Amino acid sequence: MDQTPDIAATRLPGDVLARNFADAHPPLTANQAIIEAERCYFCHDAPCIEACPTGIDIPSFIHKIASGNLRGSARTILESNILGGSCARVCPTEILCEGKCVRNTQDARPIQIGALQRHATDWQMAHGGQPFARAAATGRRVAVVGAGPAGLACAHRLAMHGHDVDVYDARPKAGGLNEYGVAAYKLADDFAQREIDFLLEIGGIVLHPDHCLGRDITVPSLREDHDAVVLTLGHAGVRSPGLAGQDLAGVVSAVDFIATLRASPTKADVPVGRRVVVIGGGNTAVDAAVQARRLGADEVTMVYRRGADHMSATTVEQEWAQTNGVTIRHWAAPTDIRGADGSVTGVAFTQGAPGADGRPVYDGLSFTVAADMVLLAVGQVFVADPLEGSGVSLAGGRILVDGAGRTTVPGVYAGGDCTPGPDLTVSAVRDGRDIAEQIHADLMSHPPLQKA
Amino acid sequence: MADLRTTLAGIRSPNPFWLASAPPTDKEYNVRRAFEAGWGGVVWKTLGEDPPVVNVSSRYGAVNYNGTRMAGLNNIELISDRPLATNLAEIRSVKRDYPDRAVVVSLMVPCQEESWKAILPLVEDTGADGIELNFGCPHGMSERNMGSAVGQVPEYVEMVTRWCKQYTRMPVIVKLTPNITNILVPARAARRGGADAVSLINTIQSIVGVDLDAMAPMPVVGGLGTHGGYCGPAVKPIALRMLGDVARDPEMAGLPISGIGGISSWRDAAEFLAMGATGLQVCTAAMHYGFKIVEDMIDGLSNWMDEKGYASLDALRGQALPRYVHWNQLNLKFKTIARIDQDACIKCGLCHIACEDTSHQAIAKIRAGDERRYEVIDEECVGCNLCAHVCPVDDCITMTPQPVDGMQTWTEHPNNPMRGQLTNAG
Repeated sequence: MDQTPDIAATRLPGDVLARNFADAHPPLTANQAIIEAERCYFCHDAPCIEACPTGIDIPSFIHKIASGNLRGSARTILESNILGGSCARVCPTEILCEGKCVRNTQDARPIQIGALQRHATDWQMAHGGQPFARAAATGRRVAVVGAGPAGLACAHRLAMHGHDVDVYDARPKAGGLNEYGVAAYKLADDFAQREIDFLLEIGGIVLHPDHCLGRDITVPSLREDHDAVVLTLGHAGVRSPGLAGQDLAGVVSAVDFIATLRASPTKADVPVGRRVVVIGGGNTAVDAAVQARRLGADEVTMVYRRGADHMSATTVEQEWAQTNGVTIRHWAAPTDIRGADGSVTGVAFTQGAPGADGRPVYDGLSFTVAADMVLLAVGQVFVADPLEGSGVSLAGGRILVDGAGRTTVPGVYAGGDCTPGPDLTVSAVRDGRDIAEQIHADLMSHPPLQKA
Repeated sequence: MADLRTTLAGIRSPNPFWLASAPPTDKEYNVRRAFEAGWGGVVWKTLGEDPPVVNVSSRYGAVNYNGTRMAGLNNIELISDRPLATNLAEIRSVKRDYPDRAVVVSLMVPCQEESWKAILPLVEDTGADGIELNFGCPHGMSERNMGSAVGQVPEYVEMVTRWCKQYTRMPVIVKLTPNITNILVPARAARRGGADAVSLINTIQSIVGVDLDAMAPMPVVGGLGTHGGYCGPAVKPIALRMLGDVARDPEMAGLPISGIGGISSWRDAAEFLAMGATGLQVCTAAMHYGFKIVEDMIDGLSNWMDEKGYASLDALRGQALPRYVHWNQLNLKFKTIARIDQDACIKCGLCHIACEDTSHQAIAKIRAGDERRYEVIDEECVGCNLCAHVCPVDDCITMTPQPVDGMQTWTEHPNNPMRGQLTNAG
């Protein structure tokens, strides 16, 4: 515990940083894409389609790559998932489409569906234009609060149907997690913003950044000016581990660390410790741990209170962390964060083991991992405060919705991470799209709202 | 080790694999490389009269299928475009240095007796083992009344063959064009003319594809295209059928056949031999992969023959022919049914959709939650094999022959209005 706090920026030369934060998985070449596409069996009743929350017709888009019809391929993807480009990059395909590929059974090598989806959507982005046309204006106006994947997908589908859409977001940039919450090398080259530019080309969508719900706008105020309101608020808060010492200098939220990295063009100004401990076992923990290594941290230790199988980070993500030099320790719970002179010096853990019911049992043995930086990634939570007084009911800490995305307030819908269900980008896109369809159906079956 | 030594029309070679008359056998340089790689023989690219022909630039078009390059190849090249004397000198040189290999010379001169009478002694003088008459080239030369223009007229085939037999002591192999209705007609004509062997098939007239930007058939020569000769793996089924027809024809009995057409592997070779070929000629496979591929052709054929107990090519030759029959000799009472190995099944559903959309609705799709299962409905299955062909997993769908209650062919079938009157030609 006599270590000197050591947090610094620019641990690595600029060219190394540029390389470390460039596209982690470079795109397939045209030839690679065709060879891979031709491996697809074009299954009938394909399991991959069912495994995709947005239900992309995967065999069809792959077949179109093989046939050289990239425009058609991109359209097939984007008509189910307008954020198909970022989903191709961030989806845990190993537990979704690729996990269900029949070729797993045959030769343990699924079709690289994500990489192929990227190939087709990259073609669309490179060639510009929208594959979809906006329907004649309906004169209806919808407010979407939260410009993350759910909100953007919702806005696009609403705009397609001819509605005017106002999209509000508390942050200066749209994109939500795609812009602020994912490792830089997953969405390199400003992809999140380029994708938003593409999406907005449909027309009829106005972005309102720096508009915070509960401060600048409220549900009732939006409801007054709009025919419907959509809440795609995501997770605005982070869970606190409640550890002694968590206020020491050098203890940072992994979410903030990732957001800082995303906001930095060169990464040279982002400070990182020499020895970093990451507490948590999800994708955020992995993104923080790997990026800490890639910023130049010597030792990064990720500690999770349960086993590898329990981590919400997939096996592929865990291996990605390990191949990037991150040490993962399982079955260890933090007891307190140690410090000296107001700065962190390490984290004490109690070592456990899986109990009979699968939950950890701690035997009292403890160890300490020296650290000059601690990244907390023990979960993100929905923050309901801005909804106070709106009449929108909650259930289990998230917004209560029916099967059609309707909240308890008429004309107010919700989807994505702020509602119950899996916290995946692709699920959020599905929610947004489906809510838009529901709103369209609801609005078109009623006369226009009489403005006050 | 199986004995792969081959004698075709008296021409000996250490193995049955000859390079067909084509670009790979155009020059001494190539042929020496081929012999060093192990090829048993070559048919030298067709010689003609001086002045030599002129070839165009851009000569090949290819059919690529699902990532497989050159499943079919088409060429618009003509015969050798080098002076006759150059070719003759090189043939002499090669034959002198490789006395154990077969060196056969392909010939094509105008359809007049003096032309053949003039060239034959020149070829004989090189020490070549034999000649092959190119009656097959389907493009360029045929417009000059040579190549397939001769091969398509049985009287010409017979006449030219007879001239050759008259003016040379070398064995005469007649190469047949597939661009006819019935291969037996020119084959029998060759025999009547005294041919020592026939070789088949030459290339098939084809347009390999259309360049949709140039809006011209491929290969595109200065903005224009022409039809060419098709070869490669894609033509093997056509070649096998014509080979079988000639090999089983009683009128052709005893005349050796050099089999040609898409032979790319030892397995293809075994099939051609089983269908009655005495020797084999290869071109596209060598043009695709280089001469080295012959090593596996020889090695694989030898290993397979050892495994099956065929000591020599003579023992293998024609083994499938007795079972190559006319349709009306097949047993209509035979029935086979698809069986799906559920453990091997990967649940792609291709068998189901193929049967459901395009065949007999004999494979049921069963869903229980996330579990998929495909099951054959025995009563509906006609044993067509389509499911087994579309299944991407080897041996997952097998066709299981059912007990057979006797024999009934179409000639005996009550539905046949011509019952009792049909001949094998039916």
